[in-house]
Amino acid sequence: MTDPITRPSIRNLEPIHSRSDTRDVLSHATKQAAKSYDDYFIVDIDAHVSEDQFWSEVLELVDNDVWRQIGQDQNRGFGGNNALLNITPGLSQQSVGGRIGHQGRREPVEGVEGHPFVISARRGMDALGLDYQVVFPSAMLLLGMHPQDEVEVALARAFNRWMTEVTLPQDDRLKGMIYLPYNTPEACEEMVERFGADDNIIGFTVCSTRNNAIHSDVYMKLYAMIEETGKPLAFHSGYHWGDPSFAQLNRFLSMHALSFTHYNQIHVTNWLINAMPERFPKLKMVWVESGLAWIPFLMQRLDHEVLLRPSEAPGLKRLPSEYMKEMFYTTQPMERTNMKLLQATMESFNSETQLLYSSDWPHWDWDAPSTITELPFLSEQAKRNILGLNAARVFNLDTTRKKPAAAQVLQDRPGVS
Amino acid sequence: MNDGSPLAPETMPDIVQPETATGPALQDVAIARLEDLQEKERIVVDIDGKEVGVYFLNGEVRAWVNMCPHQGGPVCQGKIMPRTLQLVREGMKSGGLGFSETERHIVCPWHGMEFDILTGRHPSNQEVRLRGVPVRVVDGEVVVSV
Ligand code: FES
Repeated sequence: MTDPITRPSIRNLEPIHSRSDTRDVLSHATKQAAKSYDDYFIVDIDAHVSEDQFWSEVLELVDNDVWRQIGQDQNRGFGGNNALLNITPGLSQQSVGGRIGHQGRREPVEGVEGHPFVISARRGMDALGLDYQVVFPSAMLLLGMHPQDEVEVALARAFNRWMTEVTLPQDDRLKGMIYLPYNTPEACEEMVERFGADDNIIGFTVCSTRNNAIHSDVYMKLYAMIEETGKPLAFHSGYHWGDPSFAQLNRFLSMHALSFTHYNQIHVTNWLINAMPERFPKLKMVWVESGLAWIPFLMQRLDHEVLLRPSEAPGLKRLPSEYMKEMFYTTQPMERTNMKLLQATMESFNSETQLLYSSDWPHWDWDAPSTITELPFLSEQAKRNILGLNAARVFNLDTTRKKPAAAQVLQDRPGVS
Repeated sequence: MNDGSPLAPETMPDIVQPETATGPALQDVAIARLEDLQEKERIVVDIDGKEVGVYFLNGEVRAWVNMCPHQGGPVCQGKIMPRTLQLVREGMKSGGLGFSETERHIVCPWHGMEFDILTGRHPSNQEVRLRGVPVRVVDGEVVVSV
């Protein structure tokens, strides 16, 4: 006799697409939270939500009449949400032909009170089990390569206003880092003066994709000002297919893999060989979105060369790797196909105290908090440090629980997936 | 049809073990009519918290746990795409990219990992694979054992 075939009630799970509610897209992450990290204090140092659909709001805040008019005109026409930006839409192949649909999501927010950006961000924080999330503009990651410095300044002012006046005040769990228009040092100083004391601003960011020498004397006043605030200076890496070296690469994958480590390697090298840590010993440096594998590579390369050619790095009192162990790094996109290598990598820069979890949500190569909790070689304390306690120390955040219980989030989600 | 036998441990370290891997005796559950599955190509269901994606391709039926071996994403709820091929022409020159006319891939919506619908395996690393669920067709009904 064959087993009886039962007919329990079956719920169909819908395909995930760009209109799906974030809590449904991330429900498996919420289940991971419920199972293994619901009681962790978690800070996500780098996330992006999807501000492109609100670009017209940012353009409205451009203070220069001429650039605002040009931006709004483009926004209504062919430029759309890329108005004034130097993004190349045809080369923006992050979604792998639409296979990964998070970036630029437009989820239903009708009937929910608050700015749609904040609603979307809160859903993401709840679903991932985050207490705080630092949001940064995806659209401006390449702006350092914009040929018109004044456009970088105009958009920086507008975006920093949008962040501090419109979005961050709506949710205490959302934090921001000021975009520094680094091609114009004086404008950066103005940003630090204007926004540095804002409680929702926990640091300052330079987009690494650019060709500025960060040890240049034009930045000394800026570094001194940031050091004085006690808030960190982050370099957020990115890509740029127009870079002559990368123009040899024929796939987005190849260019993306190399460029995100490339720019931060150059900046760390200049920072160290010019002995900047000796000039600004209290300035907390954070290196964002280059993964981790490059760190021990650069430590070894620079130590080797400095040992042989000390006359070219005379300001250093220690080897470069020693200074690098005092810097901070964000996790994503964390290379983890070889556990032994990852373990050695994490040991090389004291990840237990120096590493900060970042999701990069909703970009295509985002990392869930489980990428840390599932690591077999980390102690419980190390996991807690990396996921939030290190960030609390570096960014001076209150560690009282802010997030709802994961079980509650699962219960409250629309439940279509 | 796959037999649902336990698969070797994955090489990816951050696997989240599916809930169907352990637990009480399997229960047979009819989830759809075969012609319905045939028309839709893929049906994903939640049966008492156990999530399963069922597929129809080239006259064959497969069922996979809706849990990606990468970071545990809802792998069966993403797109279905033809396998992308690197074409080669005479003299070992590149013929560019092309889509396979027979092989189709399950694409995880979280980060884009791809798995062959019929084998559940990743095209670049055969050890990275989906976990099978026993499935059969009984009197025109698609029946999974969970
Ligand atoms: S979880 Fe499926 S590709 Fe990452």
